[in-house]
Amino acid sequence: MAMASEAPKDGFRLSMLIYDTRFRSFTIQVIVLILVLLGIAWLVDNTIQNLAAKDKDISFGFLWNRAGYDIEQQLIPYTNDSTHGRAAIIGLLNTLVVAFWGCIFATVIGVFVGVLRLSKNWLVGRLMTVYVEAFRNVPLLLWIIVVFVVTSETAPQPKDFKVTAEMIQTGAEPAAQKVLFDSIAITNRGWFIPGPLFERPLPTINLGSMSINLTWLAVVIVLVGSFWANRRVLRHARLVQEDTGIRPVTWWKSLLILIAPIVILLVAMGFHLDIPVFPTDDAGVSKGFNFQGGILVQHSFSALLIALSLYTGAFIAEAVRAGVLAISRGQTEAAYALGLRPGRTMNLIVLPQALRVIIPPLISQYLNLTKNTSLGIAVSYLDLRGTLGGITLNQTGRELECMLLMMAIYLTISLIISSLMNVFNSAVKLKER
Amino acid sequence: MKKSVFLGVVAATAMTAGFASAATLDDVKARGELLCGSNTGLTGFGAPDANGNWVGFDVSLCRAVAAAVLGDPSKVKFVPTTGETRFTALASGEVDLLVRNSTWTFSRDNDLKLDFVAVNYYDGQGFMVKKDLGVSSAKELDGATVCIQTGTTTELNLADFFKFNNITYTPVTVQDDSEAQRQYLAGACDAYTTDASGLAASRATMADPENHIILPEIISKEPLGPVVRHGDNQWGDIVRWTYFALLIAEEKGITKANIEEVAASSTDPEVRRLLGLEGDSGVMMGLDNSWAKNAIAANGNYGEIFEANIGTSTPIGLARGLNALWTQGGLQYAPPLR
Repeated sequence: MAMASEAPKDGFRLSMLIYDTRFRSFTIQVIVLILVLLGIAWLVDNTIQNLAAKDKDISFGFLWNRAGYDIEQQLIPYTNDSTHGRAAIIGLLNTLVVAFWGCIFATVIGVFVGVLRLSKNWLVGRLMTVYVEAFRNVPLLLWIIVVFVVTSETAPQPKDFKVTAEMIQTGAEPAAQKVLFDSIAITNRGWFIPGPLFERPLPTINLGSMSINLTWLAVVIVLVGSFWANRRVLRHARLVQEDTGIRPVTWWKSLLILIAPIVILLVAMGFHLDIPVFPTDDAGVSKGFNFQGGILVQHSFSALLIALSLYTGAFIAEAVRAGVLAISRGQTEAAYALGLRPGRTMNLIVLPQALRVIIPPLISQYLNLTKNTSLGIAVSYLDLRGTLGGITLNQTGRELECMLLMMAIYLTISLIISSLMNVFNSAVKLKER
Repeated sequence: MKKSVFLGVVAATAMTAGFASAATLDDVKARGELLCGSNTGLTGFGAPDANGNWVGFDVSLCRAVAAAVLGDPSKVKFVPTTGETRFTALASGEVDLLVRNSTWTFSRDNDLKLDFVAVNYYDGQGFMVKKDLGVSSAKELDGATVCIQTGTTTELNLADFFKFNNITYTPVTVQDDSEAQRQYLAGACDAYTTDASGLAASRATMADPENHIILPEIISKEPLGPVVRHGDNQWGDIVRWTYFALLIAEEKGITKANIEEVAASSTDPEVRRLLGLEGDSGVMMGLDNSWAKNAIAANGNYGEIFEANIGTSTPIGLARGLNALWTQGGLQYAPPLR
């Protein structure tokens, strides 16, 4: 515009920093920034001074020292000779495994309940309301403890599964029996479930502190490869259909591609299930304290997972309900007019549109769930809070370092989740051109 | 008194709430109350009774210190701490003194910057199992599930013991003694391990103590004692000598009942120094000269406190053993008061 270039060029005066709206916002920002930096500097200085006064320093060297304690649930190998750093990783993995499954279960429960809550069936609708209100309005910690107590105290002790010499003589059965074809033992310590075992496993590669299990790597590679090949087949079928109008028969190809390679691989490696049993002597009398073999799913894990899923699921249900209600009624009516049944209308028309409304609150629910895993301390679940922020902190006395490290790790996890969900959100949001 | 508050996120994690003051004695006197870190509840050592008054072997030492410093054994506020929170509570100044069956170890002394001023109970780690388990030695516990309090030395000893004997176990980490007892009684663990004195105390509170046995192995040395912060030597000396005063009192036969009589009649110079009739031992520490007399009058001498709370006549039923006076073959020995 011509006007702008003809504006008088006044000299810059200091008072313009306050009175001129062009500069004022800039001035305020600079002042606030300086104050914030000063505040941070004061905090850091205060910390260092106080630590110095207590004759303490900040050092993360303890992470490389021997931990000396044992952890009951380990996803990767760990002994008490491992370092505190590795113990922290074990804890982190325990946190992540609960968070991962918790997010999946909570989403499934949330979508299911959220949709059912809108059901015209009075009983179903009210039942879902009761569920949502009960879980939303009672503290999560109580739910975790309740689930833990219920799961652990209603089950028999492992010794009730033992066969004694007297039982063999009298032909009596032990007080408790395994379920599901004698494969799963539900005890008050956890679920002893069959574990995978390979007779001819591939070797494990050691790379310093990391070790890669080639057996599982091979399984994952084959599975991913199969899915990729299957997608190719389906895409080809779609192209043929678009071209000629006739869809080639693919179900047997898909089945073959998905199942045959993994089965061949498993058979080649001698896969079989390792069923938990009590070791017995020659006469058949059980010995020992616990089932041997298989995998022990601790009640602390399952209780935390169940409580977190149900609790977060209630919040997600509300988000889903809001999302569904946000979709104009006309969309449903139009779908009905086209002859779609209610189930397909929901899946094909309403939910995909509702996702745009649902996802932003869903992100914060996922973040909540992940952070809430730290409540596992109440049921002695050794997650990141239990190892790094609990035992390691206590045994080494490095409170500040452990807390800072833990905060950094939780922050990183949250940022990763939120950025992934933001990518997903921008993929499904309304595209405006 | 220099006191600064740690704002923001760091404070939110409740680690270093206030700066530990150098002169604990002045703080206690100004406050008129001793803050004593105690167990969250271990019968015989430190637990509230039916009326809510804290009683026990460790608690009595807190009361003795309060009597020595403030002249009144009731001026104590007990702060229950778990194995995990106790040292943070002490380091941050939340308590003046920690008497909570805490084991004296090298790293706690040096790395945690704490001072263990005395050993009021010589203990060792043991195992308790149910009798019907048919176990007579800890070495038979291969494959067992063991309940263990987190943040304790016992946690590390347990790992070492099983490793050394080449046997395996599954740990169940619990926060405190009551949780451990609940899990153990429910059968969630086969064995419960902690200091042998703690096991005896736990067993005493069970409904069927005769069905539980404490295995013969003692797998560690656990010298338990009062702890203060590093760097306040005057306060450390006060706690240490209050404890020694209780030992000397037992050695000299001074009890809660006869203390006035002894004070009036004794001619033994050490007794006279102890009871503040000669010299000025109290002034040297910044206290009244009757500090030791008050401390002894609070709950009696060491032997009396032991017998009243955890001795053979109580349900806990611990023998003096290593904790007998040195004159009776034990390890409890006080330096001369002069």
